[in-house]
Amino acid sequence: MSNATASSTTDPGTDTTNVADRDKARRWREGGSEPLLRVRDLRVTFQRQGAEPFEAVQGVSFDVHPGQTVGLVGESGCGKSVTSLAIMGLLPERGNKVSGTVDYEGTNLLELSDQQMRDKRGKDIAMVFQDPLSSLNPVIPIGLQVTEVLERHRGMSRKAATPVARELLDRVGIPDPDRRLRDYPHQLSGGMRQRALIAIALACQPRLLIADEPTTALDVTIQAQILALLKELVEETGTALVMITHDLGVVAGLCDEVNVLYGGRIVERGDRHDLFAQPRHPYTNGLLASIPRMDAPRGQRLVPIPGSVSDNLPWTSACAFAPRCSQPIEVCTQKMPELEEHHQRALRCFNPVEVSR
Amino acid sequence: MLRFIVRRLVQMVGVLVVLSLLLFLWLRSLPGGTVSAILGERATPQSRAAMEAQFGLDQPIWVQYGKFVGRVLQGDFGPSTSVLPGTDALTIFFQRLPATIELSFFAMLIAIALGIPLGYFAARRRASLLDNASVIFSLVGIAIPVFFLAFLLKYVFAIKLGWLPVSGRQSGDVDATRVTGFFVIDGLITREFDASWDALKHLVLPSIALASIPFAVIFRITRASVLDVLDEDYIRTAESKGLTNRVIRGRHILRNAMLPVTTTIGLQIGALLAGAVLTERVFSFGGLGEALALSFERRDYPVLQVLILAAAAIYVLVNLLVDIMYAVIDPRVRTR
Amino acid sequence: MTPSPMDPRPNAKKDRIDSLAQTAGGSGATATAVKDVHVGAAGKVKDTGGVSLIASAWSRLRRNPVFLIGAAITVVFVLLALFAPLIAPHDASKRLPQLLENLTPGNIPGPMSGSPLGSDEFGRDLLSRLIVGARQTLIVGVFATLFGLTGGIALGTLAGAFGGWVDSLVMRVVDVMLSVPSLLLAVSIAALAPKPSQWTVIIAIATVQVPIFARLLRGSMLAQRGSDHVLAARALGVKQSSIVFRHMLPNSLGPVIVQSTLVLATSIIDAAALSFLGLGNPDDRQPEWGQMLGAAQGLIQDYPHLAFYPAACIIVVALGFTLMGESLREALDPKSRR
Repeated sequence: MSNATASSTTDPGTDTTNVADRDKARRWREGGSEPLLRVRDLRVTFQRQGAEPFEAVQGVSFDVHPGQTVGLVGESGCGKSVTSLAIMGLLPERGNKVSGTVDYEGTNLLELSDQQMRDKRGKDIAMVFQDPLSSLNPVIPIGLQVTEVLERHRGMSRKAATPVARELLDRVGIPDPDRRLRDYPHQLSGGMRQRALIAIALACQPRLLIADEPTTALDVTIQAQILALLKELVEETGTALVMITHDLGVVAGLCDEVNVLYGGRIVERGDRHDLFAQPRHPYTNGLLASIPRMDAPRGQRLVPIPGSVSDNLPWTSACAFAPRCSQPIEVCTQKMPELEEHHQRALRCFNPVEVSR
Repeated sequence: MLRFIVRRLVQMVGVLVVLSLLLFLWLRSLPGGTVSAILGERATPQSRAAMEAQFGLDQPIWVQYGKFVGRVLQGDFGPSTSVLPGTDALTIFFQRLPATIELSFFAMLIAIALGIPLGYFAARRRASLLDNASVIFSLVGIAIPVFFLAFLLKYVFAIKLGWLPVSGRQSGDVDATRVTGFFVIDGLITREFDASWDALKHLVLPSIALASIPFAVIFRITRASVLDVLDEDYIRTAESKGLTNRVIRGRHILRNAMLPVTTTIGLQIGALLAGAVLTERVFSFGGLGEALALSFERRDYPVLQVLILAAAAIYVLVNLLVDIMYAVIDPRVRTR
Repeated sequence: MTPSPMDPRPNAKKDRIDSLAQTAGGSGATATAVKDVHVGAAGKVKDTGGVSLIASAWSRLRRNPVFLIGAAITVVFVLLALFAPLIAPHDASKRLPQLLENLTPGNIPGPMSGSPLGSDEFGRDLLSRLIVGARQTLIVGVFATLFGLTGGIALGTLAGAFGGWVDSLVMRVVDVMLSVPSLLLAVSIAALAPKPSQWTVIIAIATVQVPIFARLLRGSMLAQRGSDHVLAARALGVKQSSIVFRHMLPNSLGPVIVQSTLVLATSIIDAAALSFLGLGNPDDRQPEWGQMLGAAQGLIQDYPHLAFYPAACIIVVALGFTLMGESLREALDPKSRR
């Protein structure tokens, strides 16, 4: 726990490089293992009656290897949550179009029937949501909300599942689990509820866990605890984790690889340490510059990113970020930059930030 | 939980006390008052004074109220003046109660059995043909005057087509033994199944007419409430667990959506007597509703007192039951 | 964790303030509508009230067929009511010689030239009575709703503005009123009148609406009491009366106004029920649909059309107001903005 607290309050950019971590990341990328999840050219378009179709996700591709923790970072509306819901098959039935491929161990999830997807959800792929109070059913006890997953996917009886549920609650650090099994969500504290949600998600030992802003709705002190718990659990069980967040502090403490999204597209990708040490995209750079740093000289001002998402240009004919960029050049408003891979990094920018060292 | 019930009971007693006061004042202000109602055109100043003294109407108003409450608590409302002249008003009430309970039961059965499933499926397939059709159907149910619907059903199915009996609770040629006053149950108890069947046929049209409003209201609340629940995060969580449709529907959607529906059903049961006044009148059904309509028309104040007080008491009691029921199904109320 | 520029919360807050401002603007319009209602004549009320409400949610409503159908019915009905004497072919209160000729105890004449729907049971022109009936029906509906609304706003404001014991007292009274099924309450009040008339019917129906409006208004006023802009006004030292009348009341009126559209429909239906129970207006020179329907009940077996025509009018008009009210409610409900 103290470990996580430290990583989220100390500066993420300072060189606390853990050599073992870095080696692990390289191994994944250099083809040591097949990716567990391979997302290719994922597009999600929302169509509403009487409104222009809106493409929330515009061709996102990334890999998640077994046991790896991958971050999807960006501000509200960048398409990160829609991406996760599309992977889970949880987008509303009507009013949207999903294309591309989402390969999970070689099966394209987007082609599965509703029933086949139901068999995967909660068993192979699980999800933790943002607001733990509204994400738990208010009128049934916590215990049943845990055991129903075990009953569904492991074919256990209610009776057999109860001790397992008790153990799960204990494992995620909920004190007095016997009592909590009978409690209702409103009787638990915010942190406790999020722990319960994590217990539910991990009940069937999924190979992939998607966490959508799991700490945003929590108190600052609780946030660190929950992050530490998540980190501990995924390391212990070898579960791969896709972490969706707007908070670079969360990423710094947790993720092996980071994808930065802007306007529905990935603009930069890299190993956590490389990315924090040497951001190349002006957006990533701006995000880092707007975080207060403990080691910054006294009196140095924080630099916010000017403007908002509503200033975006369409990606089809420009760089969407150009109007807010600190260093735009002429070409930025004329055509779209492609995502180019080099040296285990990927970057979508005509005029990247200079390498300082 | 117990404290909650006790608190609600105390509140209920308060409401009843205020109601009795209002009822008393209401009876006193009815045009002509009790005396002229009884004496009618024959009233002379002497007979009027004599009767006022007999009823204690010459005493101060609070004494009269005290006596009124005393009589109400003893169940002494006096004899009926015109609905069934001479018969004790409370006796009339108990004679007619089973008919109205029977009718209300079948009406609510129809309303719930139709309203909740239709509301659920309309919400699940929002803006579909089924949704639009059932929404319009329910709005027509609200817009059509109950007594006219009763007339319409009677005209088409009883008079023109002759499929069902025109009025009453039992055909004249059926000789049934009375046990409980619930005709359908009586037939089952005494094994006079034809009498049961006959009573059921008499119930069809009135219950449909009476069900129209509760059906429309229950349908609309169910639909709105399921739509609300479908938007909740915990439904997404349930989906993310890969639960079967059956479990999601029963345990997650309906269990939550039923909370407001329960309240509505309670309110509708309480309000059923109002609809019964109209429906029973059209079908000469012989229940409390018909008695109420007749006692208003014929100014039978003793019967009116019993019925109005009973209607309010039933309404208040049903609401109490609904609150308790709500606490049972919503842990947030129960464990507060 | 430190606030980052990507933190969604500041945005959410702004959205909330925006929507607050929006609702305030919207109900500002409705508040003016209420003023018009009090001042204006019965006939004009619908127009002003309707237009201001439509203006605030117009973009969504104008494409909504349900609303358009409801509004069309309402407009036709109001126009019919306004110009009834001009449209009606005959005087609705006069027995026509040509109809009387054929009127015998065993026969009520049907359609004939000059009288497309035939006669009523007293030899008066049925079509003319239906047309004039629109006006009386509108008067009953509008005044019953207006009186109910006024009473409900008074009680609801009292309860919602002060809270505490005033609230408890008012709400107990409202609870007692609600503890009698609405039609029974209306019937009981109508029975108090020594001589039933159109106004006893109106007052009986209006009384029933008072607790409903009061509850509704109190609910939304209480929500307002805890809201940020009222707290802000209080913190700035704005006078209590001004907080209540400038900030809380106008913002709480939206649901009440929508409810009154629906109440208009039930008023018309309830008036018919009172007539059916013999507590309606006995003076039938200026007919009202509910009254016509009530009067036709004895003849339904042989002359069903005498009941069906006024009933159909009531159903269509009640449906019109209901469709309009429901779609207004949906359009003004922030939850349905998806």
